[in-house]
Amino acid sequence: MQIYLPIAEVSVNAFLLLGLGGLVGILSGMFGVGGGFLITPLLFFIGVPPAVAVATGANQIVASSFSAVLAHFQRRTVDLKMGLVLLIGGLAGAAIGVVVFNYLKSQGQVDLLVKLCYVFFLGIVGALMLVESLNALLKSRKGTPAPRRQRNWVHALPFKMRFRTSGLYISVIPPLLVGLAVGVLAAIMGVGGGFIMVPAMIYILGMPTKVVVGTSLFQIIFVTAFTTMLHATTNYTVDVVLAVLLLIGGVVGAQFGTQIGLRMKAEQLRILLALLVVSVCGKLALELVLMPDELFSIAKQWRH
Amino acid sequence: MRSLLVALLLFALPAQAAEEEVVLGLSQDRVAITANFDGSEILIFGAVKRETPIPDADQIQVVVTISGPGRPVLVRRKEKKFGIWINVDSVLVDSAPSFYAIATSAPLDQVLTDTEDLRYRISIKRAIRSVGAAMHIREAQDFADAVVRIRKSEHLYSVRENTVAVDQQTLFRTAIEMPSNLTEGTYTARIFLTRSGRVISHYETPIEVRKVGLERFLFTMSRERPFLYGLMSLAIAISAGWGASAAFRLLRNR
Repeated sequence: MQIYLPIAEVSVNAFLLLGLGGLVGILSGMFGVGGGFLITPLLFFIGVPPAVAVATGANQIVASSFSAVLAHFQRRTVDLKMGLVLLIGGLAGAAIGVVVFNYLKSQGQVDLLVKLCYVFFLGIVGALMLVESLNALLKSRKGTPAPRRQRNWVHALPFKMRFRTSGLYISVIPPLLVGLAVGVLAAIMGVGGGFIMVPAMIYILGMPTKVVVGTSLFQIIFVTAFTTMLHATTNYTVDVVLAVLLLIGGVVGAQFGTQIGLRMKAEQLRILLALLVVSVCGKLALELVLMPDELFSIAKQWRH
Repeated sequence: MRSLLVALLLFALPAQAAEEEVVLGLSQDRVAITANFDGSEILIFGAVKRETPIPDADQIQVVVTISGPGRPVLVRRKEKKFGIWINVDSVLVDSAPSFYAIATSAPLDQVLTDTEDLRYRISIKRAIRSVGAAMHIREAQDFADAVVRIRKSEHLYSVRENTVAVDQQTLFRTAIEMPSNLTEGTYTARIFLTRSGRVISHYETPIEVRKVGLERFLFTMSRERPFLYGLMSLAIAISAGWGASAAFRLLRNR
């Protein structure tokens, strides 16, 4: 069944979009990532203009994250206090990020920079996670218990706060900084930032993996809602028909994803996420290095 | 003085060419883009009206074009720098139609001379205007060619030679398919009658391509009330997320 999208001005298969939404929803529920880094390239692939894909992707992430976070709330795997601290940093970061983005846009080459950002961060995050989680898995196979996390520089900072759900007593500065950094990147790369947030929470803040997913989703909702409004009011690129089709698939997928995530071991979950991140990074890197089929491209002129 | 002469010549031309004229019919003069729009086919048919017997000269040939509204297009070119492919330069093509289809009754180079093509801007190459587009870039023509190549691959531009059927040098008909990735605007259908490569008569008629119903409503809202539109998108997202969560809880508790 073909559906004509009023803003994207293309006609696409409705079931394809439902499936795409479902797939990203499952990942969202399993790993606590919004899925923006997956859905945007996939939408390009089926012919949706990039600007519409980025803006509408953000709207779809609001829906699937909201659906998933409710499932996490029922299981008490959301650290609200930590989420709010991260969010304060995140919104400040997003505001800075928008300024940076507009500056880069005026300089041209913003597409390239976004892609390089993706390759760089996905590559580092993916590789680190893969190595670490493989090590952890090997250790747990041998039967030796994972060593207790050492006290690092994070524990030496002032303004300590107790985060009961995470079982942490740390300074508020690191979470604020993590939120800020992710906010900046999120605005530049047009994603929720979950794939950076999740590893940062595990490795820098030392939060337990089970709590990380719900907490990350909680703050992603707000960041992507903010992004959606920004795109809708400045670029007019949010396609509500596209969003509805994606999010019907997405919210259902997110519920299944949460169930799958709860039945898997934390190490397995991390390995899978790492593999996913590394493969997306590899694909983007190849695109930059290999000679494209068409050297010319038409920049869409968005007229209001 | 010279311009007056040109004007006089222009006025004189139609009178001379009026011996054979186009009488046109269209299967539809408007295309409605609805929610399940999946492309459209326009049937163009007509007859050649003449007061005098059919001339003994070459066979009459028919060229039909449909073009979308012309818009400036920014074309970028990639080049390999530091091991990766990046955009190095761009050219603003003054005006390129969003859609362009030509149907002819014989190969295009046989039905039309270059001069006539230049005058009426019939072939795709001529329909794209890039006069004065960054003359300092030597390969400006490459950029215009790229527009044609890219749009052809998106089925937006097409040349359909030998697809106009002409009967008894009088009746003609053709069908032009319009793809599903159509944009809104006033399209123009043009019909040219040619003999020995010269245009002897032409006719022009608009075809309105418009979004209707829900498509129209959403598009207008997104442009005129963007804030409300954004809030609506978020409200839909949140309620869908909540709805799915509630539905799953019900399913699990049963």
